[in-house]
Amino acid sequence: MSITRRDFVRGGVSAFTVSFAAPAFLSDLARAQGRTRRNLVVLYLSGGNDALSTLIPYNDPQYYARRPTIAIPAASVLQVGSDKAGNALGLHPRLGGLRSIYNAGRLAIIQRTGYLNSSRSHFAGTDIWSTADPRTPQGTGWLGRYLDTLPSPVDPLTAWATTREVPRTLQARTVGVPAIPSVTGYAFASPNGGVDAQYARDSATRIASHVPVDQPHLAFVNATAHGAFATLDRVAKVTSYVSTVTYPGDGFAQALRTIAGAMVKDVGTKVFWVQTGGYDTHSAQNPNAANGAYSNLMNTLNGGLSAFYSDLLNQGLLGDTLVLQFSEFGRRITENGSQGTDHGAASVMLALGGGVRGGIYGMAPNLRIAPDNPTLENNGADVHYETDFRSVYARVIDAWLGADSTSVLGADFRVGAPAFL
Amino acid sequence: MQSVPVPGRGRRGAELIEHLLRRAGFGATPDELNAYVDLGFTGTVSDLIDYEQVPDAVDSLIGKPGYAAITPRGGFLPAQNITDARQRWVFRMVHSGRPLQEKMTLFWHNHFATAYSKVAGAFGSTEGARYMAAKPSEDPNRVEGQIELLRRHALGNFRDLLVAVAKDTAMLVWLDGRTNVKGRPQENFARELMELFTMGVDTFAEADVYAGARVFTGWNLTRPSNAYYTFSYVASQHDTTAKEFTFPVYADGGKTIPARTAGAGQQDGLDLIAAVARHPATGPRLARKLYDFFISEVGRRDETLIAELAAVYYDSDFEMKPVLRHLLMSPQFADTSNRYARYSWPAEFVARALKEVGWTGFSVNDTLTPMSSMGQQLFEPPDVAGWEPGPGWFSTGGMLARMNFAASLATNQKFNLRTLARDSAKSPESLLAFLLDRLTAPSFAPESRRALLDYARAGGSWTGSESQVTTKAAGLVHLIVGSGDYQIV
Repeated sequence: MSITRRDFVRGGVSAFTVSFAAPAFLSDLARAQGRTRRNLVVLYLSGGNDALSTLIPYNDPQYYARRPTIAIPAASVLQVGSDKAGNALGLHPRLGGLRSIYNAGRLAIIQRTGYLNSSRSHFAGTDIWSTADPRTPQGTGWLGRYLDTLPSPVDPLTAWATTREVPRTLQARTVGVPAIPSVTGYAFASPNGGVDAQYARDSATRIASHVPVDQPHLAFVNATAHGAFATLDRVAKVTSYVSTVTYPGDGFAQALRTIAGAMVKDVGTKVFWVQTGGYDTHSAQNPNAANGAYSNLMNTLNGGLSAFYSDLLNQGLLGDTLVLQFSEFGRRITENGSQGTDHGAASVMLALGGGVRGGIYGMAPNLRIAPDNPTLENNGADVHYETDFRSVYARVIDAWLGADSTSVLGADFRVGAPAFL
Repeated sequence: MQSVPVPGRGRRGAELIEHLLRRAGFGATPDELNAYVDLGFTGTVSDLIDYEQVPDAVDSLIGKPGYAAITPRGGFLPAQNITDARQRWVFRMVHSGRPLQEKMTLFWHNHFATAYSKVAGAFGSTEGARYMAAKPSEDPNRVEGQIELLRRHALGNFRDLLVAVAKDTAMLVWLDGRTNVKGRPQENFARELMELFTMGVDTFAEADVYAGARVFTGWNLTRPSNAYYTFSYVASQHDTTAKEFTFPVYADGGKTIPARTAGAGQQDGLDLIAAVARHPATGPRLARKLYDFFISEVGRRDETLIAELAAVYYDSDFEMKPVLRHLLMSPQFADTSNRYARYSWPAEFVARALKEVGWTGFSVNDTLTPMSSMGQQLFEPPDVAGWEPGPGWFSTGGMLARMNFAASLATNQKFNLRTLARDSAKSPESLLAFLLDRLTAPSFAPESRRALLDYARAGGSWTGSESQVTTKAAGLVHLIVGSGDYQIV
């Protein structure tokens, strides 16, 4: 098991709690700090996405040889042209909405993203992508460190995780991030009505204001409660959001709808986190069957992102929005005996939004097993990375968030970064 | 300034036993606490660990008056319906006479984290609930669901538990062992056996994952009489060649599982399980998890105790009872600096709140959605690593869910609380003192107690009328149970 958040909190709790409990909580604060209306939405596909089923090298005979039952027929893929090396590529047949966004020039597909000596562990891999530190994947996340660069006091709604837990990517040293999976449930209830409910809230808020530095665990819990009190009235505004399109009913699409609502209601959030799971497709991956596991994953991804894109376009917010997708690793090239794929190495990243320079970045792997094939690793079992994921992060930090990637990432990853922004 | 009441404690030694019951159980009602105080600390530890002496009667109490209610939908079918299985488990946490057995079952459920949804996705919802939660006594084919298996082995031998889990139907679905066959090995179970169940990350190589996958080829499922799925070793699907590891598999240091005939090949898996149970990283890793669960999540772990627990684990040939006995009887367990040094899991929080606040007229069904919002839906851990305990439970949304559960429980118990508190409600101070004692929270800081007292006093002068006691007792229970202080156990 990987490093837990506890180890982090053991070290960093006091600075964190003091800031989460900081008294200034107006969205004006964030604007006054010189922000634009730019938003970043980080999308995590949990479980390790099989990049070769998302973006299919449909002219590579080795792809069909090594995946006798789960390869997607060339005739089914949604062609998106070729990469610079001339490898013909197509999206999964369920990604029709993404193909339209690609055709509109607003989807970047970054192939073979990863890092040297890729971890095949879900947990170590996720921590590495979250911290952007393959050697010591502990402590704060890369976007948490970005939040730490903002002038203090930082508005407590600057970031918003739509999950029940705050992911490591958003864990900061001095900034608390709220986890708000549902805006309707994000309210303070009371056993008594009327004025007594207000007395109760006043009292609970005072109790939550107690953040004793000599009791870091209590300080952490109280600061979290305080963060809830500091954000719930603004979050409540999002409940009245009326979207311009109908989103699918699944949790992923509904989370994106909430994010669109938060943007339209201008609650002040700059960084959102959304995730969708089920990508650990060890068996019955079934990317071809209409209701196969991987088809359903792609359908969910496509449905949510397409609705979100259209909604933001209609709201005039697309130009302010960047969606950045990642997963903790790609999967083995050769299918296993269960019509699935085991843990592998490099994967694919997607970037989508009004400021994105659409297109295909990087070169597809050559799937032929040979000692001199530099696009594979692990004796040809896995795809070797071409683009260090940290150079993608660097581009986002520098070109979108307007911060300094070398300080946030602790090193210079700007050279060779794909120019998708 | 008027003095702020400080919670008092009744009987000598009660605080240590309260601490023991919060950690090795789910808290205690005042009656339960009295009974355990009569046993004394050592007697209570024995009662908790040697739980076979206590009748396993909790399920027979379901639906009886005097206990928390359940909400049946048609029939109450915990072996066929996962919601009913969840209700039954919460009921057991609240009412079991063997609290440590339930606590360890929860620990193993997190350790061998298996999600109902994948099993149900494979075989349908009725079968999914069956392989997660059926008791042999209630199943036509005597199927034992995973949670019953974990309960049966709650304080048994860890190596035996690993073998049972490797053959468990739900696990064979969850980590895809059912499709692991010769020539097409499936790595999922072998990897997590080493990374999550025993040795831990960075203690093995990719080559060990490949070899481990081949070891378990043929550990599949069969379906006798088309009636149920159960483990079957399929000799024809077993890879009979030798498997080489980077760590010792055998006591003599040998790293290679020899080539065996297909008929004898099941021994490969038993050899590997014995090896990973014996691996030098496994004892300390289990010890650290137990330390966090029972002793403290604050500050540095006491490495002396970790080493002692690991030594007991190896010396006792992986028996868990001696490990738990050593842990609970250790000076570190009793050390007052380790009181209120853990972040309660949602299941712990909910069960303890029911025990301390009351349950008459409350259905455990009404804990399920709140627990989900707090981040813990039983039988549905987020991934193979289980939940992330500790501060990981405490997001703003999760904390609101805890406060709101406190509100709904206090609302439900309004009239019971009035009855309980009536004699102690001469003043806001005495009402607060009574409730703080009953709810076993740590002593709040003076400013927090002041905030509670100000709430009790707010809204007019104290008359002690029925309606005032009703309002303020429920209101205070909400604030105390929903406070940050109460979340720390």
